[in-house]
Amino acid sequence: MAELHLKSGRFRAEREADWRRLEVLLGKVETLGAVKLRREELLEIPLLYRQALSSLSVARSISLDQNLTDYLEGLCTRAYFVVYGTRTRLGARIVRFFRHDWPAAVQALWRETLASFLISALAAVAAYVLVRRDGDWFFSFVDAGLAGGRDPMATTAFLRETLYSPATTSEGLSTMATFLFTHNSQVALFAFALGFAFCLPTAALMVMNGAMLGAFLALFFSRDLGFELTGWLMIHGTTELFAIVLAGAAGFSIGWAVAFPGDRTRVDAAGEAGRRAGVVMAGVVVMLLVAGLLEGFARQLIQLDLVRYAIAGLMLAGWLAYFYWPRRVAT
Amino acid sequence: MTTTGVVNRELVTPEGVDLRLKVASYADRFVALLLDFLILGGGLAVFSLAALLVAGVTDISWMSEVLGVVWLLGAFLGRNFYFVAFEIQSRAATPGKRAMGLRVIAADGGRLTADAVFVRNAMRDVEVFLPLTFLAASGQGVDAALITLGAIWSGVFVVFPLFNRDRRRLGDLAAGSMVVKASRRVLRPDLADAERTVSRSLVFTPAQLDAYGVKELHVLEDVLRANNRKSLAEVATRIRVKINWQGADDLPDLTFLNAYYTGLRGRLESRMLFGHRRKDKFDT
Repeated sequence: MAELHLKSGRFRAEREADWRRLEVLLGKVETLGAVKLRREELLEIPLLYRQALSSLSVARSISLDQNLTDYLEGLCTRAYFVVYGTRTRLGARIVRFFRHDWPAAVQALWRETLASFLISALAAVAAYVLVRRDGDWFFSFVDAGLAGGRDPMATTAFLRETLYSPATTSEGLSTMATFLFTHNSQVALFAFALGFAFCLPTAALMVMNGAMLGAFLALFFSRDLGFELTGWLMIHGTTELFAIVLAGAAGFSIGWAVAFPGDRTRVDAAGEAGRRAGVVMAGVVVMLLVAGLLEGFARQLIQLDLVRYAIAGLMLAGWLAYFYWPRRVAT
Repeated sequence: MTTTGVVNRELVTPEGVDLRLKVASYADRFVALLLDFLILGGGLAVFSLAALLVAGVTDISWMSEVLGVVWLLGAFLGRNFYFVAFEIQSRAATPGKRAMGLRVIAADGGRLTADAVFVRNAMRDVEVFLPLTFLAASGQGVDAALITLGAIWSGVFVVFPLFNRDRRRLGDLAAGSMVVKASRRVLRPDLADAERTVSRSLVFTPAQLDAYGVKELHVLEDVLRANNRKSLAEVATRIRVKINWQGADDLPDLTFLNAYYTGLRGRLESRMLFGHRRKDKFDT
């Protein structure tokens, strides 16, 4: 080795091999995953990481080699995230999500859920009353494309037919289920994300959604098809509407935290609310998947009103029990 | 704060060392997003073509339906989970971010949870797709006014990162995350060791070594590492004049600069050990 007269040079020569070793191990973890490392290698990483950190603080105080301090900063940052950034495996995470996190997050949002539900229900009632009084209101609440001809101009026979479309073939059902699922999920995610703007856009979305429901109900009730329509809607609706109400609640919780952060900073409050709402939202996507399946398959295959009602009731009871049944706090 | 300036973010590890992270620049993040969209769009295009091809070749009735389902689900998963799938891995970065040397971290320096990653990407809808819908929408009269208002309103979300110190977007705020520069850096040979046999014979007086401070030393290091002949010559001439160099004239610039770098660094480092870090040449 060449003689070294700079202290910083000697410092580097003594430790460089360890840094290189750490770099190799980090590369392995980042590309192959920690599982592929041998036991000794895994135990080596925290030791080498602490050495590198102390090298970094020494280098900052004795060395003026810019490249060296930059390199050590980069190395320590990478190592820091490998050492402290480890998380539970995905499988375990998913199990914990369904067993504990999701229902707990939904329970924590009960106030927002109630508000979201009341807003939707009020909008539905208002739309119902308005449309019953004057059919023209229908067009203000329901998009023509979505109505698909099911408007006050349609004949009662046609309306009845839309509720009991022939189920001789199952063709197109799975495509429809998938489409409904992706479409609804996108809307729900939107309702959630809009909450950030102080709840108002989310509330507007809830009102629109509720009003649409109310308008449809008014139309079919005016033709004495109300009972049938409710079955047709609710077989998947108990799941889907519940999911949308929860999405709205998640949006509200963020908006509320931003508007009224309490004694925390706005950023902290938003972050905390956001993470809890995120758990609810991940669950909402799952609910919408279930709703999409019910809507795409079950509704088309089952033509009996009472069976439709039974499924709707069972689903609702199931969700309520799953979310709100008192359970022990997980440790 | 300027848009190009480097913003440092303090992150003290449990061992008590500040890692001095650098907040990712707007340019890096924008390019990373573009790259990701290109990958996503390209992937979706290839996926659609393959689906169409299979549908055309097989010509079985149920096949088209299966493909329809696969396509819809694929597009949905791509749009919503491409970012999540990459950011929950240990690198915490999408391919675009990796290419730009960025990674997502929890703003408090703790673990970046899967929940946080999900939230920061669920918010992307409002920040990217909402303004795009307003831009694509057209209307007349009241509609036009509403669309304009909507565009302005959603525009606030887009420019949000411009107005906070850590350049966090809305999703980052909701998730408590942020994006930092964490590119790999290569450890290069110590310049004080290079060409030592030649430069050892060159000796500088303390007065000559006191001409500069740390800032100039770092500039000299950059010049030496870049190894561009023109700038080497320029810098060498300036230093020779400044320190009133009387030694050999036929010395190659690189050798001279290397020797001076080593001398200057030795001098500054030993002063630093005695508690004085000389910032630049004006600092006495």
